[in-house]
Amino acid sequence: MADMLKRVPVREQDPKERAKNFEEVCYGYNLEEAMEEAARCLNCKNAKCIEGCPVSINIPGFISKVKEGDIEGAYQVIGESSALPAICGRVCPQESQCECKCIRGIKGDPVSIGKLERFVADYALENDIKPKKAEKTNGHKVAVIGSGPSGLTCAGDLAKLGYEVTVFEALHELGGVLVYGIPEFRLPKEKVVKKEIEKVRELGVKFETNVVIGKSTTIDQLIEEEDFEAVFIGSGAGLPMFMGIPGETANGVFSANEYLTRSNLMKAFDDSYDTPIVAGKKVAVVGGGNVAMDAARTALRLGAEVHIVYRRSEAELPARVEEVHHAKEEGVIFDLLRNPKEILVDDNGWVKGMKVIKMELGEPDESGRRRPVEVAGSEYEIEVDTVIMSLGTSPNPLIASTTNGLETNKKKCIVADEENGQTSKAYVFAGGDAVTGAATVILAMGAGKAGAKGIHELLSAK
Amino acid sequence: MYKILEAKKLAENIYLMNVEAPRVAKHCEPGQFVIVKIDEKGERVPLTICDYDAEAGTVTIVFQTVGASTKRMADLKAGDSFRDFTGPLGCPSEFVNEDIEELKKKNILFIGGGVGAAPVYPQVKWMKQHGIDVDVIVGSKTKDMLILEDEMKAVSGNYYPCTDDGSYGHSGMVTTKLEQLVKEEGKKYDLCVAIGPMIMMKFACLMTKDLGIPTIVSMNPIMVDGTGMCGACRLHVGDEIKFACVDGPEFDGHLVNFDEAMKRQAMYKTEEGRALLKLQEGDTHHGGCGHCGGDN
Repeated sequence: MADMLKRVPVREQDPKERAKNFEEVCYGYNLEEAMEEAARCLNCKNAKCIEGCPVSINIPGFISKVKEGDIEGAYQVIGESSALPAICGRVCPQESQCECKCIRGIKGDPVSIGKLERFVADYALENDIKPKKAEKTNGHKVAVIGSGPSGLTCAGDLAKLGYEVTVFEALHELGGVLVYGIPEFRLPKEKVVKKEIEKVRELGVKFETNVVIGKSTTIDQLIEEEDFEAVFIGSGAGLPMFMGIPGETANGVFSANEYLTRSNLMKAFDDSYDTPIVAGKKVAVVGGGNVAMDAARTALRLGAEVHIVYRRSEAELPARVEEVHHAKEEGVIFDLLRNPKEILVDDNGWVKGMKVIKMELGEPDESGRRRPVEVAGSEYEIEVDTVIMSLGTSPNPLIASTTNGLETNKKKCIVADEENGQTSKAYVFAGGDAVTGAATVILAMGAGKAGAKGIHELLSAK
Repeated sequence: MYKILEAKKLAENIYLMNVEAPRVAKHCEPGQFVIVKIDEKGERVPLTICDYDAEAGTVTIVFQTVGASTKRMADLKAGDSFRDFTGPLGCPSEFVNEDIEELKKKNILFIGGGVGAAPVYPQVKWMKQHGIDVDVIVGSKTKDMLILEDEMKAVSGNYYPCTDDGSYGHSGMVTTKLEQLVKEEGKKYDLCVAIGPMIMMKFACLMTKDLGIPTIVSMNPIMVDGTGMCGACRLHVGDEIKFACVDGPEFDGHLVNFDEAMKRQAMYKTEEGRALLKLQEGDTHHGGCGHCGGDN
């Protein structure tokens, strides 16, 4: 008899092997393992896990189908709430969402909700189980700006209600951060992201790539000239921040966005693709979020010795626990309580090192985290040939600056109602990182759902 | 897919293509650029817009073969297609928003170096369409390398071709022609727009600073997305860091840090050389260039 207090372990690629390839780290459950893990669910009447999920998936509902071995049934239950379960099951921070509310977690491991969701979704992808489509269109045209998690969710929800939806994407591939940001070894592109997006297309959603809203056309023109009745902006927060320290424009200094875009979207790690990447021998990644972990583990796979340079201590790392654990297993070195002061540059303009200062933690700041303070006189130099800045991103001001009457706040985020996504401009809705600043995939999906609901309420009352 | 309607060679290593891209064509303004990607495995390459026709839905691009991607692009024929064609990107030239009557009072000079004559062309054409005659200096290595001469002549006021080897027009650099116009012929300019290789723009700016002429340059750093999400194209303009793809590509030339920009432009030299060799030598490529170690 299995120990009901412990979760069924998930099979993973060996750390020594995977540090050298871009294959997915976690293999996921098979049917037997999934049914065994599902059996640990207590099927609570007043299920707390649902409250922890930003899109309120009926978690005990789908898990009870898994228990019975009815995986198609489980997929339809998830499909009522989520358009991208194969993605969320992989990249959601479940430890701070659904799983942290699980009753099993009080005395033992919580149920592996994310891994079960992933299993169900992967099964649906492999067996070509289709989501339920609207019976007929209602004739209303809606434009969605951006094909990241919020846009895809909003488009999928609206299509299910019968809307004629067109998604406009600036890049040449669909998926937003799912294709350019999150690496292959966490989220396979061909096997998972592309297929999941195909399911949204099967709902009747049209996609147009290479359209930069604000340049190729504007939101006002979509409404006035192309007869879209409502617009949802899910353009994300893709503008990288730099530190403003000396040496930051040297060769060998990259934003994490550039490094990851080259590797993930342009497949620079694969020699048969044209886009180059500087692999580096000794790489410093500045920052402690998920993006920093992704950049560090990418550099590692390209053959470098990699250091994470973070100004607070391990307890404050904003990255997911699982990612930090994986990074350590693979050999990423953590230089904590350190902050760069200057990037040292050689005569040819290339990075040759970095001056860093030691930090200590002072009083908590507004965010509740203890504020890092420099230790006077503790500067020293480290030798690196590549620096990747992963300090966060902010919304690109392009859309707001080219749309009449669209209000933004001082952080350049679009102001929108949390409940229905309504912005300051009539018939224009927004959600995801464009509104909140950089957050998570699942929160963006939640905002996409709210936006779809807001648009439906507005247009169906017409 | 974006169909190539016309493809022709303008000079050695310089090609012109007319591409069907209605959304781009409809919104083009002088000073902007596009990003093209040949196929699935291609890279995103920023290219100059040389001309556009909103009604026909076409955009004309001009490029020089400098590496593997542009070489591959040069092999495309009319009837072939680009997988991706994004734009227009970047900010339009500042003058498109200025008062026409004020502009008419100014003496404006355009300088195009090499393939830089192509992005100069739509700006000069715009001036002509608004009733403004401007002076244009175009430079190239030799007579055969001079591009778009008839087109440019048709829209410029005074047109001054220059060749490094003296085979046509003024013998020497665009900068010496400029110096001659101002110092010997007593020309006065209120604004100069210089577009070409970074080294040419740098020297043009040193000259115009000396002559006291405000100068705009169009920067051509390495780019990836071209929409402001990565900062690959960042450069120093005065004390500020700017992203050429969204803040530019046009900047005050007297504030640009050209030396830094030129170093950044050379960042992938080894990788680019390797890709080019692999393309030229195909299966016979087994190293020997001293840098790449063959296909390893």
